[in-house]
Amino acid sequence: MAGAASWSFSESDFKQIEQHLQAFLRESNARCALLVDRTGQLVATVGDPPKFDSAAFASLTAADFSANDQLAKMIGEAEFASLVHQGEKESMYLADIAKRVILVVLFDQRTTLGLVKLKGKSAVEKLNKVFEEMFNRVGTGQAPQKGLLEGAEDEIDKLFG
Amino acid sequence: MSMINYASREINCKLVYYGPGLGGKTTNLEHIYGKVSPNTRGKMISLATETERTLFFDFLPVDLGTIRGFKTRFHLYTVPGQVYYNASRKLILKGVDGLVFVADSQIERMEANVESMQNLYDNMAEYGYDLTRIPFVIQYNKRDLPNAAPIKDLQAALNPGWPVDNAAQQKVTPDPAHPGEHLVEQAGGQWVGHASYVEAVAVRGDGVFDTLKSVSKLVLKTLS
Repeated sequence: MAGAASWSFSESDFKQIEQHLQAFLRESNARCALLVDRTGQLVATVGDPPKFDSAAFASLTAADFSANDQLAKMIGEAEFASLVHQGEKESMYLADIAKRVILVVLFDQRTTLGLVKLKGKSAVEKLNKVFEEMFNRVGTGQAPQKGLLEGAEDEIDKLFG
Repeated sequence: MSMINYASREINCKLVYYGPGLGGKTTNLEHIYGKVSPNTRGKMISLATETERTLFFDFLPVDLGTIRGFKTRFHLYTVPGQVYYNASRKLILKGVDGLVFVADSQIERMEANVESMQNLYDNMAEYGYDLTRIPFVIQYNKRDLPNAAPIKDLQAALNPGWPVDNAAQQKVTPDPAHPGEHLVEQAGGQWVGHASYVEAVAVRGDGVFDTLKSVSKLVLKTLS
């Protein structure tokens, strides 16, 4: 597709990502982990299902991360690879994965920020590897989606009445 | 950047409504939000100032239906139109799959329209995106106002056309929405392409869904 590069992932990629996230949640005692892509789309959710609107949450996360990226550049940093939003009961830890995806961890008083950060670091390394392999496999980041909707023009037309 | 999730069988695409301040971008989303069944849309998020001017963006996810067993979901975003907010406006363009430029038809806003269109080209170019190759629809809003400029003038200022170099696309293509007009044509010995356009009165909802349909269809066709 012209302009923006697309990407897609297979079920086996998805399983591998889920396994890493589940292991991370067990070790860190965090409640829930979400993966959001930089354009604001939710990629995966593991752990306690969030009670909020996850699509809205994902779009805000991406905006938050992108805004902080720009702030980092303004003060002379290449990036803020991770961010923390700490509340009285609920907190969030956000970390960059392969420059394309954001890991969002929701945690409460059952754990500590230190433990989440510590375990988060190795989870980020593992996820970085998975995503980088995935992006390399599809070349320049263009997804192997060409033809997915081939011949579906009628269906597309029908959708729009 | 469309994202295809084979595990949950979803296609997610990002549409951005761009244009000058007070042109009606948020009004477009509000109308869609109000008309679409709550089962097929999510919550609308607006990051606005106290005076309801968009500060960062508005966001509305809408499910369009299923194609080839894939649920197609479009994420609709608006950008803040005011010149001052260019840094945040640019962030929203990241990964865009389809664009709607909401122009304010009022003669007095012509300069603001042109400035915003130029800003769109510049911001897209900074990401390395080519606006002439991405699904793009122009909406001429506020057609009901007495001071609305003629479509011919708006087209000349905002949609003059870009050179079509690809030989395969060098054929006269009629604009299905406007009889007698063309999306690709020869002008002055050169092939030029135009974005399709829709006339609208967003506060009444006129043209809002036509715009959404036309850009969504273009986006889905890029996947086929």
